[in-house]
Amino acid sequence: MLKAGKVDVDTVLAETEALKKAAAMQYLAQHFRIQVLDILHDKGTGHWGGAASAAELLVTLYFHAMSVRPEEPLWPERDRLVVSKGHASAMLYTVLAHRGYFPVAELDTFRQLDSRLQGHPSMHSTPGVEMSTGSLGHGLSVGLGMALAARVTGNRYWSYVLVGDGDLNEGQTWEAVMAAAKYRPPRLVALVDYNKVQLDGPSAEIMPLDPLPDKLRAFNWCVAPRLFDGNSVHEVLESLEWLRAQEAWPAAIIYSTRKGRGVSFMEDNAHWHGAPIDDGAYAQARPELEATLAELEARL
Amino acid sequence: MREAFGQALVALAPKHPEMVVLDADVATSTRTLLFARAFPERFFNFGVAEANMVDIAGGMATCGLRPVVSTFAVFISLRAAEQVQTTICYNRLPVVLAGNYAGLSDSYDGASHQSIQDLAVMRAMPNLAVVAPADGVELAQALEAALQRDGPTFLRICRNPTPVLFAGAPPFEFGKIRKLRDGGDLTIAVCGVPTFMALEAAERLAAGGIAVDLLEVATLKPLDVDALAASARKTGRVLTVEEHTVQGGLGSAVAEALAQCQPVRMDLVGLEDCFAESGDYLKLLAKYGLSSTHIEQRARRLAGRSDL
Repeated sequence: MLKAGKVDVDTVLAETEALKKAAAMQYLAQHFRIQVLDILHDKGTGHWGGAASAAELLVTLYFHAMSVRPEEPLWPERDRLVVSKGHASAMLYTVLAHRGYFPVAELDTFRQLDSRLQGHPSMHSTPGVEMSTGSLGHGLSVGLGMALAARVTGNRYWSYVLVGDGDLNEGQTWEAVMAAAKYRPPRLVALVDYNKVQLDGPSAEIMPLDPLPDKLRAFNWCVAPRLFDGNSVHEVLESLEWLRAQEAWPAAIIYSTRKGRGVSFMEDNAHWHGAPIDDGAYAQARPELEATLAELEARL
Repeated sequence: MREAFGQALVALAPKHPEMVVLDADVATSTRTLLFARAFPERFFNFGVAEANMVDIAGGMATCGLRPVVSTFAVFISLRAAEQVQTTICYNRLPVVLAGNYAGLSDSYDGASHQSIQDLAVMRAMPNLAVVAPADGVELAQALEAALQRDGPTFLRICRNPTPVLFAGAPPFEFGKIRKLRDGGDLTIAVCGVPTFMALEAAERLAAGGIAVDLLEVATLKPLDVDALAASARKTGRVLTVEEHTVQGGLGSAVAEALAQCQPVRMDLVGLEDCFAESGDYLKLLAKYGLSSTHIEQRARRLAGRSDL
């Protein structure tokens, strides 16, 4: 005997829509990975590892979390994202192009003469890029400045900063951590793409960062209660729910990610931080990414 | 000059509501404390962390504010040099970089606090304007001009009280050389505190029959090449005077420009590739070659009249 309870139709429909959107974003992130691999192989330059690890984070921010107007990139009330790990530029550009900031075809000019797509993000060259980055350790200070400006000018935009392991090696990042905890500007958020591999090797060997959440808490930051899987859109969305409920600032979310995510022999391998994607690696890597894409497509 | 800086910040605040002031635990010294007391919600003290402060200013500038970043010139030009270049200058952000205690003006604190290379470093940064005022009046006017510029400006500020030269004079014009004396025998180009010494030297030289074309070059970048070249063409000899190492500062800027458009005989007065030391400000300047007497001697030699 069927005992149907009461059902809130609107909730069910909304949740179904949310699941569909999450699946779509997971698919998009993988699609963009393939596009980035294609570009890096074609141009023979650029950084794969850190771009691949940040795919789901960048997609979820630009296609879900952030209030932006691609047709009006300098809209004063837009949410800000500073990609402090600027070597993820190929993924950032791919996401921005598909979000509508500039033509997707322009991705073909990546790192070439006269292109708007510089090797590392350049704010006056590329629509949607909020701050020129690439030299590590600047982003959190800049994001803090944006958040303090919001307070002074009475704006309510969010200031997100995407930082990586290398950023956290820089002393300046910790200066910014201290200063942010002093002024506590609302809606300042550090998102850590914690893939635990740097240019020269594992972070644990190059410059150990653990216990990272405890360190940030000791500096009086509000840190998400657990590490989230930054390569799962579901998990990223869950972390953002925690963030939306935040009332104390500044906030940090640490995402456990895989450097070079999606290609078995590139994952967690420092060589693929910035090594050019040669023909042999490309021929092996692309089918792997395509196979995962097909699985994700089937779930749409 | 630092008092004039603090007072100018307070005076300009009502007219420039987008101006904020940042300091790195030297607000009492640089006199941004005056602004902090008057406008606490627009003042930020980031502690002894200059690199962080400069980048925060960059972030603020992208969001409509006009930050004035204040600390000692030696720290803003060296400790935070990469932040100045990569965040502020590369992005052409409208930030005023106030380099206080410049030159040897932090005289008793010694070489660790003195700034003898800031003009060289800052001049090498693309998109950055570099201004070294000669007195407090000019400093206040240069600060307001910097707040109205589209890009970043470095302002060089002396710690100590200095003779007031420009009260009631025509106001500072950004990018323009100010002619303080007209003469045909020798050009003296000077910036900053030694301007009053050059004025004294020029008077004595005139009494001895050497007429000096005295140029005060407050804006080192962009340099007023036309006025400089016209003077050099007239006199054929240019002496530069600066409270800075002779490598990369005013003398270099003048030589770079004249080498291309009006090559003439030159001599450069400034620190000769050395660090200074602790001591009384004016005595210290004199020991390292910056006095009206020394300028006068060097001018006579360049004019070929050292016998006079």
